[in-house]
Amino acid sequence: MRRLTGNRPGGSLKTGIVFDIRRYSIHDGPGIRTTVFLKGCALSCWWCHNPESQASRPEVVLHEARCIRCGACVETCPHGAVAWVDGVPVTDRSKCDACGTCTRECHAEAREVAGREMTIEQVLAVVERDRPFYDESGGGVTLSGGEPLLQPHFTAGLLAAAKRHGLTTVLDTSGHAPWESLERLRGDVDLFLYDLKLVDALRHRRYTGVSNHRILANLRRLSELGHQIVLRMPVVPGITDDPENVQAVRDLATSLPRLARVDLLPYHRIGVGKYLRLDRTYQLLHTDSPTRERMDEIASFLAAGGLPVGRD
Amino acid sequence: MRPDGTDGVSELTFLMLDVVDEMRLLQPSASIQVSAQSPDAFLERATRIIATGFGQPSVFNHDLIVRELTRHGKSLEDARNGGSSGCVEVGAFGKENYNLTGYFNLPKLLELLLHDGKDPWSGQQLGPRTGDPRAFRTFDDLFGAFERQLRHFVAIKTHGNDVVERLFAERMPAPFLSLLIDDCIATGRDYHDGGARYNTSYIQGVGLGTVTDALSALRRHVFGTGAVSMELMLRGLEADFAGHERLRQLLLNKTPRYGNDDDAADDLMVRVFEAYFGAVDGRPNTRGGTYHINLLPTTVHVYFGSVIGATPDGRRAGAPVSEGVSPVQGADRQGPTAVLRSVAKMDQVRTGGTLLNQKFTPALLADDAGRRGLVQLIRTYFRLGGHHVQFNVVDADTLRAAQAHPETHRDLIVRVAGYSDYFCDLGRALQDEIIARTEHQAV
Repeated sequence: MRRLTGNRPGGSLKTGIVFDIRRYSIHDGPGIRTTVFLKGCALSCWWCHNPESQASRPEVVLHEARCIRCGACVETCPHGAVAWVDGVPVTDRSKCDACGTCTRECHAEAREVAGREMTIEQVLAVVERDRPFYDESGGGVTLSGGEPLLQPHFTAGLLAAAKRHGLTTVLDTSGHAPWESLERLRGDVDLFLYDLKLVDALRHRRYTGVSNHRILANLRRLSELGHQIVLRMPVVPGITDDPENVQAVRDLATSLPRLARVDLLPYHRIGVGKYLRLDRTYQLLHTDSPTRERMDEIASFLAAGGLPVGRD
Repeated sequence: MRPDGTDGVSELTFLMLDVVDEMRLLQPSASIQVSAQSPDAFLERATRIIATGFGQPSVFNHDLIVRELTRHGKSLEDARNGGSSGCVEVGAFGKENYNLTGYFNLPKLLELLLHDGKDPWSGQQLGPRTGDPRAFRTFDDLFGAFERQLRHFVAIKTHGNDVVERLFAERMPAPFLSLLIDDCIATGRDYHDGGARYNTSYIQGVGLGTVTDALSALRRHVFGTGAVSMELMLRGLEADFAGHERLRQLLLNKTPRYGNDDDAADDLMVRVFEAYFGAVDGRPNTRGGTYHINLLPTTVHVYFGSVIGATPDGRRAGAPVSEGVSPVQGADRQGPTAVLRSVAKMDQVRTGGTLLNQKFTPALLADDAGRRGLVQLIRTYFRLGGHHVQFNVVDADTLRAAQAHPETHRDLIVRVAGYSDYFCDLGRALQDEIIARTEHQAV
């Protein structure tokens, strides 16, 4: 595997860094779909449930419950990056370059490399396997992440190839990318799933690490160009669910030239274990899922503004 | 389906589904027979019942059943009037004596051939001496030995069946039943003595997933990479993997396994199927009919597993073998579409019924997208030539078992508030929460 360092955009013209391909996705666009998760995201949202998708480079992930303490990783690591600590093999991430040696030797699959370099053809070969299910259901392929637009060449190439294969295409994006990245691929996207988290610029920067200026401009432009968009709003108690933000989301959504449905995604702590696997800390340890009542309130408030609302 | 081949769904069909929904009877168990012409509303009504976790109705592909029955020699009209009964076996209702004559332990054959025909549990020489497995040079040598064991035991089985069939025919006539089954009166022969219009004997293969994965492990690690010598494999099996946990994990996790839409494993499933079909199908019985195969276990996969030692797929001694045509428990890790694609590689039209169990967690079926997905999965599987599928919505007890034994439950996908993930990969606290919620949702 090619060695990648830092959090710069991953992938080349012909290959991308994929961290998961999941078949039978039924909530990422119409019908039965295969969702391709691309690795790397410029945002670092506090509530992110896929932290292994954030860094562009491949990373070793440890599933401790599977580990049988055989020590093969300690013995075979060519960089001496794995050592016993309190009876558990622990990776020194400053020495690990995710070469994958330990994952091959780890028969229990306790060690996995999150992130694999794949060509467009390799991805499509997996996607094509469920063709009969797409035919039956009107499904196809969804690109998600991470942030697919952080690998703009690969994403554009994959979408164009999927279209040539006659597949329906969905792009799940934060919208945080230069307009040029969207411009070159928007013709090959049937539906955008577009995140709308916080409308206030300062709060957006605080909780996601980036400004939302470009995100909101790109959204308006896509809508002006007539693209079909579903807005996805994560409802995170204490961060995105306050009346000001909900009001701002409603105002923004209703001001778009083309009516977009808003899907509400309730925050959940499903990602906690994944942060541990990456030896990272989790910032929302004391936040719970929103109550059903709060979800209902937000849904009715948005609906009262004339917006179609999707609930999960 | 009506005898003229048109869609037979009517108002009565929906009333009967209402009754199934309301009564929740374990017996008689309810099933629906779906054809390409069946309206979506019919399937959608049925999936609403399935989604409640009742495990019923099970779903059958009537178009395929008609083809199975006509291949067995039934007239088209008799085939259309027929269907599945009992478990998943097919017959021409009211015109046929079709018997399940017994279950056939496929993984046991592998255990015997790995011991030169000798049963390590009883110490008896049960099968033919097919040679010391350490002397096999190629995987084909080994598979040839498997086929010899197979033919040997099918011959014993059918010979025994001949005796039993004659006993029924001569000592246990069924005059009342003979009044009701065509053409016993016209031919003047008893139901048990070939009086019915059609007379089929079925032998039910059990453990297809287990034997496929075991063969795949041997092919990959012993004859392919050479990472495991036959000697080491045999020692690991004999020790029930005690002191060989790393070997067991290799077999479990680094082997192409049936149920993942991976041709490297599925081609072996097809090969076992063809061998089994070839050994059984078309043999004459004593009632003027013939033998056919089906692949269903009822509950005998538990008993069969209890009389087999550890197997090369990493299964421990005494553990259940796989059931029906389903993958080994926990071996399928690519979701339901991959399972259906794998199973559909079998030419099921040449069976008299196959049984496929799919597990879902309740939250995956809780919303419209989930139920619509279920309808689309069924439609696609049937278009690919599937015979039957039933959806078991897992309960809290299953999730607790998954918590305790993750290795056999790696396939369980849960959906939590908008995100899906594998249950076994979640943190303990979240698992507990999902268990509690599942219990709460139970009906």
